[in-house]
Amino acid sequence: MNCIVCVTSVPDTASVIKIGPEAKSIDETGIKWIVSPYDEYALEEALQLTEAKGGEVTAITYGPARAEAALRDCLARGAHKAVHVLGGEATLGDSFTIAKVLAKAIEGRDYDLVLCGFKGVGTDNGQVGPMLAELLGIPHVANVTKLEVGDGSLRAGRDVEGGQEQISSPLPALLTCQKGLNEPRYAALKGIMAAKRKPVDKVEVASLGIDEGADPFYVRRSLELPPPKSGGTIIQGEDDPAGAAAQLVNLLRTEAKAI
Amino acid sequence: MAGILVFIEQRDSEIRKASLQALSEAKRHADGDVAAVLVGSGVTDQATGLGAWGAAKVFVADDPKLALYSAEGYCEALAKAAELAAPTAVFFAGTAMGRDLGPRFAARLGVGALADVIGLERDGDRFVARRPVYSGKAFATADTGGHDPQVITLRPNVFAAEEGGGSAEVVPVEGLSLNIRAVVEELVDTGGGELDVAEADIIVSGGRGLKGPENFALIRDLAKAVGGAVGASRAAVDAGWIAHKHQVGQTGKVVSPSLYIAAGISGAIQHLAGMSSSKVIVAVNKDPDAPIFKIADYGIVGDLFQVLPAMTEEAKKLAG
Repeated sequence: MNCIVCVTSVPDTASVIKIGPEAKSIDETGIKWIVSPYDEYALEEALQLTEAKGGEVTAITYGPARAEAALRDCLARGAHKAVHVLGGEATLGDSFTIAKVLAKAIEGRDYDLVLCGFKGVGTDNGQVGPMLAELLGIPHVANVTKLEVGDGSLRAGRDVEGGQEQISSPLPALLTCQKGLNEPRYAALKGIMAAKRKPVDKVEVASLGIDEGADPFYVRRSLELPPPKSGGTIIQGEDDPAGAAAQLVNLLRTEAKAI
Repeated sequence: MAGILVFIEQRDSEIRKASLQALSEAKRHADGDVAAVLVGSGVTDQATGLGAWGAAKVFVADDPKLALYSAEGYCEALAKAAELAAPTAVFFAGTAMGRDLGPRFAARLGVGALADVIGLERDGDRFVARRPVYSGKAFATADTGGHDPQVITLRPNVFAAEEGGGSAEVVPVEGLSLNIRAVVEELVDTGGGELDVAEADIIVSGGRGLKGPENFALIRDLAKAVGGAVGASRAAVDAGWIAHKHQVGQTGKVVSPSLYIAAGISGAIQHLAGMSSSKVIVAVNKDPDAPIFKIADYGIVGDLFQVLPAMTEEAKKLAG
């Protein structure tokens, strides 16, 4: 059971986002980069599967030099190998180019499963997984919250509006992972020390035959912060909660026309 | 601009509202014809009705193998329809199905996609989409470069569905091979008829201030009285009080309903990111300094255990 886990680095979810000077990207000053939270479910699932069935976990990222930290984190948690495709600054948010790069980096490797987070908590596209599956010519199940892997096949559950789809698929397949699938482990000190000695295979994106940014499929024109909210109507309801509630519901009906 | 093709989602032959919203948005932008694609089993009868929502043509892939959704089967049907229609853009509603199918379809056609779009304009033959990034902490505008068709996934409940049009010509989509590997074997109803936060126009959310899972009853009662869905903060989900599908925020669902009521939620940055684009925000919290009040349009500083039941009663009175 060999698993490939695709990870991306995103700003820590507690980060305050500021807009950079050209109003097209964020100001990265002081940003702490983490493995995108949904990718942690993908990694954890791969680790549990290989612990139970043998085989190796290979973590792959496509990103600038700082993205190596994400791979070290994966190695520290137990990934066996790491591949760093260097680049990605020109293709931020360009899911299709990212999928093409990952497909090139994965082709020729021996795998049963490719696992991704269901979206990167940053550009928030949620497109790379299904695109990558299509390019690799394998089936996919997106947004997985339940998984059983058997001999040559899998059964997965994914939440849809009002229900859960139960899906079966042969291997190899690609999964995008959602919260609820597992509880990601933390890296132990021993793992962190061991990760420092594990090699990270560096690949220049150009060596995959991709001229990144030359023919983009997603062009960001601008980036802005949400408009600031003006002061709201706040009712003091400690003494007369029922009166406050009546006043609020009346405002929602007559002023906000929201109910 | 030539035509726009809109994927119409149905379950049990019931057409999703979010798909009609996408169809209406297509109609607002198209100079040429708007066509729809309907995929399923026994769905041909539904097709002509789409004319009333602005579709001039409806491509129908009707096959027992397509009774339940599958990314591969639906993708093949849609790709065939796109071959027939040669559209400049293909629209999807950003439902569980649309978010799954859109990117697979785009990759099959060798193009990118604009996902989770909340605003759409045209610049010549290019669509310029406004979309939240960093889970709503910022907003980007973007286009698909020089590539057609422009695959665009629209967030549900942001664009209005407007009836208008005539009758639609039905075009069968035939000759599909339908070699489906990942098969949906079963669709289990887990909602019990509950409205999903991603589709809801009104959301009532509860957080740590509820103090325990049993008190989500207060949230459910108010949600029922105002016709809304039940949401939750990460703290409530991580405590095991309610299932993750209810979670609103940066690692949950990013929502923009017309009314968002947050009770017992202090407003961590990750939660605010997920709901701050709601049209009207209401906060109920006993802490007057809770960050949620800074973005609230209306609020009550008070005890939610007293305020929520009173709001529920008032809302019931309005409903008569």
